[in-house]
Amino acid sequence: MGKVVIKHQATAGTAESSDIQIVIDGNDNGVDINLVSSVENQFGKQIRKVIRETLDHLGVENAKIVAVDKGALDCTIVARVTAAVMRSADQNKDYDWEALDTWNA
Amino acid sequence: MKTNKVGRQIPDEIAEKYGVFEGQFARKLTYTKDAAKVTNVLPGESKLVDTIHDAILKTGLKDGMTISFHHHFREGDKVMNMVLAEIAAMGIKNLSLASSSIANVHEPLIDHINNGVITNVTSSGLRDKVGAAISHGIMKNPVVIRSHGGRGRAIEEGSIHIDVAFLGAPSSDEYGNANGSHGKATCGSMGYARVDAEFADKVVIITDNLVPYPNTPISIPQNHVDYVVVVDSIGDPDGIAKGATRFTTNPKELLIAQNGAQAIIESPYFKDGYSFQTGTGGSTLALAQYLADEMRKRQYKASFALGGITSPMCTMLEEGLIEKIIDTQSFDKGAAKSMKDNANHYEISASFYANPGNKGAAVNMLDVVVLSALEVDTDFNVNVMTGSDGLIRGASGGHCDAGAGAKLTLIMTPLIRGRIPTIVDHVNTVITPGESIDIVVTEIGIAINPKRQDLIDAFKNSTLPQYTIQELRDKAYAVVGEPEPIQYNDKVVAVIEYRDGSVIDVVYGVDQ
Repeated sequence: MGKVVIKHQATAGTAESSDIQIVIDGNDNGVDINLVSSVENQFGKQIRKVIRETLDHLGVENAKIVAVDKGALDCTIVARVTAAVMRSADQNKDYDWEALDTWNA
Repeated sequence: MKTNKVGRQIPDEIAEKYGVFEGQFARKLTYTKDAAKVTNVLPGESKLVDTIHDAILKTGLKDGMTISFHHHFREGDKVMNMVLAEIAAMGIKNLSLASSSIANVHEPLIDHINNGVITNVTSSGLRDKVGAAISHGIMKNPVVIRSHGGRGRAIEEGSIHIDVAFLGAPSSDEYGNANGSHGKATCGSMGYARVDAEFADKVVIITDNLVPYPNTPISIPQNHVDYVVVVDSIGDPDGIAKGATRFTTNPKELLIAQNGAQAIIESPYFKDGYSFQTGTGGSTLALAQYLADEMRKRQYKASFALGGITSPMCTMLEEGLIEKIIDTQSFDKGAAKSMKDNANHYEISASFYANPGNKGAAVNMLDVVVLSALEVDTDFNVNVMTGSDGLIRGASGGHCDAGAGAKLTLIMTPLIRGRIPTIVDHVNTVITPGESIDIVVTEIGIAINPKRQDLIDAFKNSTLPQYTIQELRDKAYAVVGEPEPIQYNDKVVAVIEYRDGSVIDVVYGVDQ
């Protein structure tokens, strides 16, 4: 997948139990993740890893992420991060599903 | 360090003081019952005291003594905060607090600990904020967690000697005859308080409902009571039932309840005249309804229901599906009302209920008990004390008591809660040893403890999906991933006593 450039702030997800709310914004240099999680002690590292990997797959090199997690599963995290990225890049249709499917089984 | 029967490392100092857990029936207990100091009351002398302040003065409470409260008002309790505030204002310090349990509403306790008013605590439970503060290390001495039966034993044998018991009572007369089923803030059974009343040197009844002498029924008798204080309000009746009797429509909880009911019904113990105990919570109450349906169909009657009692149990009593209820703690207004109105709803003390050291506790007569869990491990050990973040937040309750006593012990639990797996390699804290647990029930099926070959045989042709406990763990981990272990510090913040007084586990602190 080609590079995705964050055009503006966008959000995805809710603060409900088992969900994660992602707020994404542009950044000058690299990826910053600010995570608050109800399962920080047990899954904090894993959540950050999944967010980072998802951004890599989508070709996002610079982004500021504020994430509020309420115990979301990895699949939910991937979905919310992907949605936030698409919205922030104004990509509202013509998704490249084949490209997504290459990494998101 | 000494390793106990469930594989937990117990620091030497603690192991020497209490002995380590060696098996659920390893200790044959013999003790001489602790004696309470008595000062007689002569004709013409009054027990009525104007204020809590004056009552504290009269009891002679001073630095270093042990005080106690009961938790029958649960989240509606006003007595403990009221009395501790007065004690703190009087400048008394270094007290040991031996409450039967501690609720969220007792958050002011954190200040009393920080100010040196309370320096030792023993309790069944410690809820969210107080529990977290203890886990974060606000106390020098570890809290001692005791089950309801274990507390009864510790008081009877004198491991806990209560100098002054402050017992809230929904009704009392001027001589201290008290009960929990009449009054403004009824709590039903006063089972925990009865132990304190019998063994404390000084007993103060605190009531908001003074009635003419003699007050009956008599839960706490006048001959144990030194003083009676009347206050405006001892508790909020709505707080007493908070969260306890929630009917569920959650399909996962209903599925767990269905599986649990089927497991009981297909077990060799489900027959006319059987006995059972269930707790509170969505799945458990739903399970009781499923059992009731099947009992009606087969025309079975339960000989008795035990425990913590909720309204649905009382409805079954009225319908004739249960012959008798024996009640150490009433969880809602309906249960309190049933105790008042129904002669077959009988109040018992916590020692009668579950003390493993007395001449036979009620849990010994149980056929089936249904319990919950925060975590179960692949050795079937159960944690109901520490959260998945390692912080103290639960209560030992009667979990290990009923688990040891009953012929069939079921744990009902979802496979995962949010992202937290419930079936794990090692529970954070062992409250009930795996040897007491027979079947773990989840929404996807059951796991039978391999030590119960008889049950494995009995369920050979069952339609219930069956797994090994390892398979259940694998299924949980497959969904949520494997959690990282909690990072504890090296300070012991709680000692977990098994019901027989041995140490089954310790809880270490977690840095803030």
